[in-house]
Amino acid sequence: MTQPELLIDIQGLSFSRGSRLIFDDLSLSIPKGKVTAIMGPSGTGKTTLLKLIAGQLKPDSGQILVEGLNVHKLKRSKLYELRQKMGMLFQSGALLTDLNVFDNVAFPLREHTKLPESVIEPLVLMKLQAVGLMGARDLKPSELSGGMSRRVALARGIVLDPEMIFYDEPFVGQDPITMGVLVTLIRKLNDSLGLTSVVVSHDVDEVLSIADFVCVLSEGKIIAQGAPKELLESNSDYVNQFVKGLPDGPVPFHYSNESYQHALQKGKGK
Amino acid sequence: MNRQSIMNWVAGIGSRVLSMFASLGRMALFVLSLVPAIPYSFYRVELLVKQVYVAGVLSLPIILTAGLFVGMVLTLQGYNVLVDYNSEEAVGTMTALSLLRELGPVVTALLFAGRAGSALTAEIGLMRSTEQISALEMMAVDPLKFIFAPRFTAAFITLPMLTLLFIAMAILGGYLVAVGWLGVDEGSFWSQMQASVDWREDVINGVIKSIAFAALIAIIALYQGFDAIPTSEGVSNATTRTVVHSSLGVLGLDFILTTMMFS
Repeated sequence: MTQPELLIDIQGLSFSRGSRLIFDDLSLSIPKGKVTAIMGPSGTGKTTLLKLIAGQLKPDSGQILVEGLNVHKLKRSKLYELRQKMGMLFQSGALLTDLNVFDNVAFPLREHTKLPESVIEPLVLMKLQAVGLMGARDLKPSELSGGMSRRVALARGIVLDPEMIFYDEPFVGQDPITMGVLVTLIRKLNDSLGLTSVVVSHDVDEVLSIADFVCVLSEGKIIAQGAPKELLESNSDYVNQFVKGLPDGPVPFHYSNESYQHALQKGKGK
Repeated sequence: MNRQSIMNWVAGIGSRVLSMFASLGRMALFVLSLVPAIPYSFYRVELLVKQVYVAGVLSLPIILTAGLFVGMVLTLQGYNVLVDYNSEEAVGTMTALSLLRELGPVVTALLFAGRAGSALTAEIGLMRSTEQISALEMMAVDPLKFIFAPRFTAAFITLPMLTLLFIAMAILGGYLVAVGWLGVDEGSFWSQMQASVDWREDVINGVIKSIAFAALIAIIALYQGFDAIPTSEGVSNATTRTVVHSSLGVLGLDFILTTMMFS
């Protein structure tokens, strides 16, 4: 079997915030043209990993290669060139609040191309139609629901036809219909535009239904990776606990603290 | 007070001093990265015009109203003193000089810090908390050029203009009180003012002061927004810090500039 071509190669990545170690010698390869899902409990640094890949954060050690380029060694201008090939869907949508929906989606085109408005308009409307929000073109971000904001942000993320797109929790707060549309859309976009998609999410069923490759993170390390089917059939306690959403298991539910009994005995109960 | 609590108190002071120096260091790095981006604000004139409108035009009502009242009060107080010495015609000179040299630049800067500086910090702090600045970076748009530089340059352009308008309005207020109400001779009021106000010494120095205040307020406001903890409490604290630091900074810098210019 031939090895798939890699788009993103993370080697020996370590990153900490203050005294808290987020990633400890993490290595991960993201294949080109596939949908890769990064899953894990809250606080495992999934969003941080996306920001590290995009060069918004610097690792303590290790390197991240995107298209063979070490992201954190690139000059600002080269990094920005690389980012034009990336689309990012932020958890909050991150729309520019002083622009309406149309102008938000048109923003990357106006900043990075010299296309006339007569070309920009159909391009933007096409992307808005793809996310089902062409009728909302004149609304301001404050008039949109959380789910709608994220769909506008998705239209903005794909308007430059990027080579890779990062989704940060795309399914949170979506109604079941929109969720279904989004799941299909992510898969379709990936296949029809030849994208490489990285989806960070908690939503096990949706993610497993569209991902080609899944990686489960916990406590700064990869605890399982492989095709969705492999994960579903896994014997690992970690994977079973996460995939089935069990409260008890090796992945701690509590943020690290002193023992409950000890806290009660001290009478502080912090 | 036992030894441990004294040590904690000393350590608390040490910690505050260290965090203050760390913040100053971050501010210096922020300014160093902002300076090369400033010329870009002239390439994107539409962004600059919008910020000039937001910081300048929208500040006009408060600046003009405050100017009118400051001029009226100043003239009234000056008249009450000068009339005892039969030199009430000099009230125009007194009003103009105190406004051009001190009150105009300082009061306008204080009002600007409260009106436009706080708005800048809140806007940028909220942009950070809603990930808009991260989104710009991800879209390969440099926030320093797109967000920070036009706001800095707009403050630079608008504060000196607002200062001159404040002074003009205050002199008008002074005229209304002195000539219209208190009966000071109109010819004396204007001619004494014209004879004693020096273009370079008074007007230009006042404008130089307002340019220095604009740089100070813009740097503090932009940095506080940039460095704000991205929560509602963090943005609220940063906005308060902008007004407090800018106001104290303006008063301190005014003393230094006055010493250099007029002593």
